[in-house]
Amino acid sequence: MSAPTVDLVAYDDAIDRYDPVLGIEVHVELGTRTKMFCGAEVEFGGAPNSQVTPVSLGLPGALPVVNRAAVEYAIRIGLALNCQIAESCRFARKNYFYPDVPKNFQTSQYDEPIAFDGYLDVELEDGTVFRVDIERAHMEEDAGKNTHVGGSTGRIHGAEYSLIDYNRAGIPLVEIVTRPIEGAGARAPEVARAYVQTLRDIFRALDVSEARMERGNVRADVNLSLRPTPESPLGTRTETKNVNSFRSIERAVRYEVSRQAAVLDAGATVTQETRHWHEDTGITTPGRIKSDADDYRYFPEPDLVPVAPSRAWVEEIRAGLPELPVERRRRLQTEWGYADPEMRDVVNAGAIDLIEATIAAGTSAAGARKWWMGELARRAKTDEVELEQLPITPAQIAELQGLVDAGTLNDKLARQVLEGMLAGEGSPQEIVAARGLGIVSDDGPLLAAIDEALAKQPDIAEKIRSGNLGPIGAVIGAVMKATRGQADAGRVRELVLERVGA
Amino acid sequence: MDLTRLSAAELSERLIAGTVTSVEVTQAHLDRMSAVEPAVHAFLYTNAEEALAVAADVDTRRAAGEELHPLAGVPIAVKDVVVTRGMPTTAGSKILEGWVPPYDATIVERIRAARMPILGKTNMDEFAMGSSTEHSAYGNTHNPWDLTRIPGGSGGGSAAAVAAYEAPLAIGTDTGGSIRQPGAVTGTVGVKPTYGGVSRYGLIAMASSLDQAGPVTRTVLDAALLHEVIGGHDARDSTSIDEPLPGLVEAARKGAARDLTGLRIGVVKELSGEGYQAGVEARFHESLEMLTAMGATVVEVSCPNFDYALGAYYLIMPSEASSNLAKFDGMRFGLRVEPDEGPVTAERVMAATRGQGFGDEVKRRIILGTYALSAGYYDAYYGSAQKVRTLIQRDFDAAFEQVDVLVSPTAPTTAFPLGAKLDDPLAMYLNDIATIPANLAGVPGISVPNGLSDDGLPVGFQVLAPAKADDRLYLVGAALESACEAAWGAPLLAQAPELEVNR
Repeated sequence: MSAPTVDLVAYDDAIDRYDPVLGIEVHVELGTRTKMFCGAEVEFGGAPNSQVTPVSLGLPGALPVVNRAAVEYAIRIGLALNCQIAESCRFARKNYFYPDVPKNFQTSQYDEPIAFDGYLDVELEDGTVFRVDIERAHMEEDAGKNTHVGGSTGRIHGAEYSLIDYNRAGIPLVEIVTRPIEGAGARAPEVARAYVQTLRDIFRALDVSEARMERGNVRADVNLSLRPTPESPLGTRTETKNVNSFRSIERAVRYEVSRQAAVLDAGATVTQETRHWHEDTGITTPGRIKSDADDYRYFPEPDLVPVAPSRAWVEEIRAGLPELPVERRRRLQTEWGYADPEMRDVVNAGAIDLIEATIAAGTSAAGARKWWMGELARRAKTDEVELEQLPITPAQIAELQGLVDAGTLNDKLARQVLEGMLAGEGSPQEIVAARGLGIVSDDGPLLAAIDEALAKQPDIAEKIRSGNLGPIGAVIGAVMKATRGQADAGRVRELVLERVGA
Repeated sequence: MDLTRLSAAELSERLIAGTVTSVEVTQAHLDRMSAVEPAVHAFLYTNAEEALAVAADVDTRRAAGEELHPLAGVPIAVKDVVVTRGMPTTAGSKILEGWVPPYDATIVERIRAARMPILGKTNMDEFAMGSSTEHSAYGNTHNPWDLTRIPGGSGGGSAAAVAAYEAPLAIGTDTGGSIRQPGAVTGTVGVKPTYGGVSRYGLIAMASSLDQAGPVTRTVLDAALLHEVIGGHDARDSTSIDEPLPGLVEAARKGAARDLTGLRIGVVKELSGEGYQAGVEARFHESLEMLTAMGATVVEVSCPNFDYALGAYYLIMPSEASSNLAKFDGMRFGLRVEPDEGPVTAERVMAATRGQGFGDEVKRRIILGTYALSAGYYDAYYGSAQKVRTLIQRDFDAAFEQVDVLVSPTAPTTAFPLGAKLDDPLAMYLNDIATIPANLAGVPGISVPNGLSDDGLPVGFQVLAPAKADDRLYLVGAALESACEAAWGAPLLAQAPELEVNR
């Protein structure tokens, strides 16, 4: 796709001269069994237009009924974001003509969101906690999905025709809107990313959504404006739509900072507009001009009655909230006794569940961390996969460490067994047996190897006898080599000392 | 015996007794339709085959001793704004020509569950927008009392079908008077139930907060019988009232005994005077005397905000309609028009479809509503109208503290000649001046025929009750009906001229 070439200011220079202000709108698709306003079942990957009812097709005469589970999920999200929950709130109609909106209005919440005035503490990679204020979280329905056929770009321009799949139309969404996020400075891209990532973790912990970015379960619109100093009034913002991976969020913010800085440096003004993010080229391009004159003719949805969650219900939901990711991290860190940087590495590596399960299977906290953040982390990096995608389970790691703890394996042998496990050779026990990797616990073969080593270097025995224990390592090394590593180094040392009569 | 002259209650008795079959009853009505439809044009679609099949099934079941709904086998006509699975549903609009809904409205499900043969779909003003049925895209319906006159609207088809003995029962919908006003000008009974009393699921919406389906019949008892079939809670309509209906048939039977001792009746001061025909007012006062004679106390009450009802209505109704009618865009169902020239984009197809598919009155209201909801105008128009609506509700609340029911003429005039007001929307809108307040407040209303005006055309008497007290409509309506028929020696419709029929 050809886009006009835009001058950019280097990010660091831009940040030197301007203060960025973010605003992030996140849509999350709720994982309810049925849609927001009808009983159509929701399942990923259904044949086009197979998950529809007269309501989600917007047929004449059809009427919406609010999905109670969706309201409950929205309240869960609101509570997890430290919001107030409305005692009564209404839906509204957002009127606009577009073929993927079956009624040509979206049923949404306008001036009466179900949750409002909250905040979310976001932990950055270095452990800094950044508080993001939440303006509101409201319920709405998703639109259908257009496929433009016949053009070269897959976009509507140049397409011969378009197909619409209404399976997605009416899937419940919660939209979470921040207040202007100020004070992030140079770290704005990181804050944006961490905020969305934290939300994603919360959605999963709350069990309100699978929250899979690649399926579009979570979609972020990132607003950004620049101003000369933090004291200046807010600048004109752009809204970059549908930035749907964590890395893209970071990149899109960086790009917009650089682009807007260039516009402002040139003495021009930033156009208030929506912008499209291009994953391939890493740039944004102008979309629709967005002005405050956009007129959706909102009015209260007359086909629905107000949603009035009783305080008792809200408290019941609050009491049933699971432990949130940040609380869980704090608890586990205390239980496991990891230092701050250790815990941060574990979190950043996505190893928290794996380590927890390994510990639950009987391994010490230190042992579990040693494997997952050591050998396995290296292996995942080499293979360019996530830790959880390695072909190995926490239970297997626990079994492996068990063999080490029992003295059957030393660390070196255990690493060989691990290789076998990753290669799919079976359980640790099976690999030990098949590869003949167990520690030699019979002193006979060890003594033979010691004697052989000492015989090769007669002066060593003398040195050891005279109290110079330095060369003992060489003997141990030779024995290890002779036994292909299957010796217990401690036992060899004892035997050497015995043999030379020290 | 002409089966088409019997009421639904009478047909029910004979069907249960086995003296007639449903096939005979249904066929009699289909024959009557063939005979008078060329003159009346009450129907947009005739469902003969299915109706006879349902009738035959009812007869078989009854013969086998199966216990059926009392109205099983009694045929019915359904206004074309109500979706019917397998039967074309147009709402009187070209934009839906040929559309066959894949589902039934809840009230149609209930009619089918009661095994009532559906004779067909009745004519109406396009999307129920009008007071004369002249805004139908499929031609006028004619008033059986005088074929040169309007049958009222928007449900002129249902009222005319019942008045012309084409059906004993019909379904109407009433957003600002579309059941009651046609009832008044055709000498039939029409009931707008309490908002939420009858499911709106499957009604093609004009104004969601005002629309309500209800019975169109020749007798008050028949209306109560039908109301009990279609009424009651429906989980698919969020605005549906989750309470049992009051005893409507019971109230109608009680009313027929003509004892209204202790009943307090309020005459709404604002619904009389200027604009009301002398004959309409004369019949109204005669009816009040009858009600007094039956033991009721009649007082005058004032509902000062009713003066603003028409204005508020013509902001709220078009606002909701502009949004409700947005879905008619040629993308999923119904008419699809491609632009004559230029690119065929979705937006241009939508524009061409709506431009060609909607009639003038519909366009007028969509434009009005779009304007009223626009940023910068919302508060002045839609917002103010909602405030007026609240004031009207308060007027009703205050009035119902003093009296049990409110009464007025249903419509200010008798049926006017076809074409007389077609080019004067405001004059047309004024027909609903007495019926609109009930829709704005959600309270129930009935129109009962109470005589002929000086021009020999029928007049209606409106009774309004508090929300959820629909039984009072039937009590008072049946009492007045009974007293009138006693005075006339026959139902009012007996005075209607015989239609020339095709034989």
